[in-house]
Amino acid sequence: MLDTTAGKISAFIAHRFPKATITDADDIFSLGFINSLFAMELVMFLEKEFGITLPNNELVIDNFRTVTRMAELVGRLRPEPAAV
Amino acid sequence: MTIDQLATATGERVNAVLRRTVLDHVAPERVAPDRTVPTRPAPDRAAAREFVDEYVVPHADRWDTLGKIPQELLTRIGEAGLWAPFLPAEVGGHGVSMAVLGEIHEEVGRGCSSVRSLLTVHTMVSWALRRWGTETQLRRWGAALAAGDLLGAFCLSEPGAGTDTDSLTTTAQRTDEGWLLNGTKKWITNGQRADLFLVFARGPHGTVALLVPRWSPGVTVLPIEGMLGTRASMLAEVAFRDVALDADALLGPTGLASGMVLTGTLDLGRYSVAVGSVGIIQACLDACSDYASRRQVRGSALRELPLIQAKLSDMVTDVRAARLLCAEAGRLKDLGDPATIMATWVAKYFASCAAAKHASEAVQIHGANGCSPEYPVARFYRDAKVMEIIEGSTEIQRITIAAEADRTWGV
Repeated sequence: MLDTTAGKISAFIAHRFPKATITDADDIFSLGFINSLFAMELVMFLEKEFGITLPNNELVIDNFRTVTRMAELVGRLRPEPAAV
Repeated sequence: MTIDQLATATGERVNAVLRRTVLDHVAPERVAPDRTVPTRPAPDRAAAREFVDEYVVPHADRWDTLGKIPQELLTRIGEAGLWAPFLPAEVGGHGVSMAVLGEIHEEVGRGCSSVRSLLTVHTMVSWALRRWGTETQLRRWGAALAAGDLLGAFCLSEPGAGTDTDSLTTTAQRTDEGWLLNGTKKWITNGQRADLFLVFARGPHGTVALLVPRWSPGVTVLPIEGMLGTRASMLAEVAFRDVALDADALLGPTGLASGMVLTGTLDLGRYSVAVGSVGIIQACLDACSDYASRRQVRGSALRELPLIQAKLSDMVTDVRAARLLCAEAGRLKDLGDPATIMATWVAKYFASCAAAKHASEAVQIHGANGCSPEYPVARFYRDAKVMEIIEGSTEIQRITIAAEADRTWGV
């Protein structure tokens, strides 16, 4: 699980909020613990962990609503692996 | 002759006109001079220390009394490459790390908190531009900010809203051409002199950040004087009355992420204030060690007294602890690690409280001399108090750090 993009994102959220239990499909905004500080941490985590840069036009709420959506965002922005 | 040299020679009003003429009526591409190859080595702690000892320390008390930093020093800071050395070489910076930037700001803070505060707000604007700016915005403003040809100021606080950003009343309305800005900002560091304001306002869907040139019609600046500390930081109240801005004034995203521009920018400001506080403690230690070794009490040096030794030992210990906390925050920033945000809160909390405590003790060690303008510790004392208030008050820091404790270790 931790090897997957979604798994790494889940682990980061779980590390920051040990008392929360979320699934990949849960709307983290509806859980009430998202603030601008955590949003900034989340963006920094995604950029560092997956080696991507989040452009301003991708910083929209729907891309961050669930773990699955964030994993999809990372998939779109991550460089294609070099052809063998 | 540079803009600054000409402006110094001809006065402040001409200064503003010159900047407007050069920077507003020239195509953005031409505003960015050819600074892609730095002409001097990247600044570091040693260079900053040398600069501060030569150009800042001998004059800081006088500037504090005058309530102003002279243009000559602002120009020298630019020549030394100290305004925004973290900016990449492509826009005229040196790409120095956040760890080194912290060391530079500590050294400047050791010499004069007012000068450091100018660097702080300029850093905040420059960092926000680099992090959130479009290519067009970087081309238009980046090189001038890197060189210090333009100085930035951070406009968040209002007469009725400081920490409580939900209470901001400044508004940014969408128009066909861009934005219409209305409101008043208060306690704006370097507001008297800055050329480019980063203004936070209530937009259609949350807080927005706008880049507002000082020369925009509808911008007025009212100096604030006689403050308790950082008296030479050229504070101002800046009013925006029907200021029309083009769409390119918007910095960063809107909606969900708009708050991140503020969070990230404040994080940099908090980091600078934290290291600046370390500089104050170091300055207290330098002053007190010198004074205690020369001042005689009943035939022996003040430093021989156990109670004075206790104060000095606590200064030594706290300056090291605060410096390490700041270094850790800087290291995490350089790694892009999100843990830097909380590390910076902790560093600023510790360093600012320690600075206030030790500046008070520094005055105590100096006795009546410490209350006089003949020694710098009275200035340190007044400046240190400000550190406990700006970029997140001590109370807000405690709330935030306690919330982190609850989130991490609570049951």
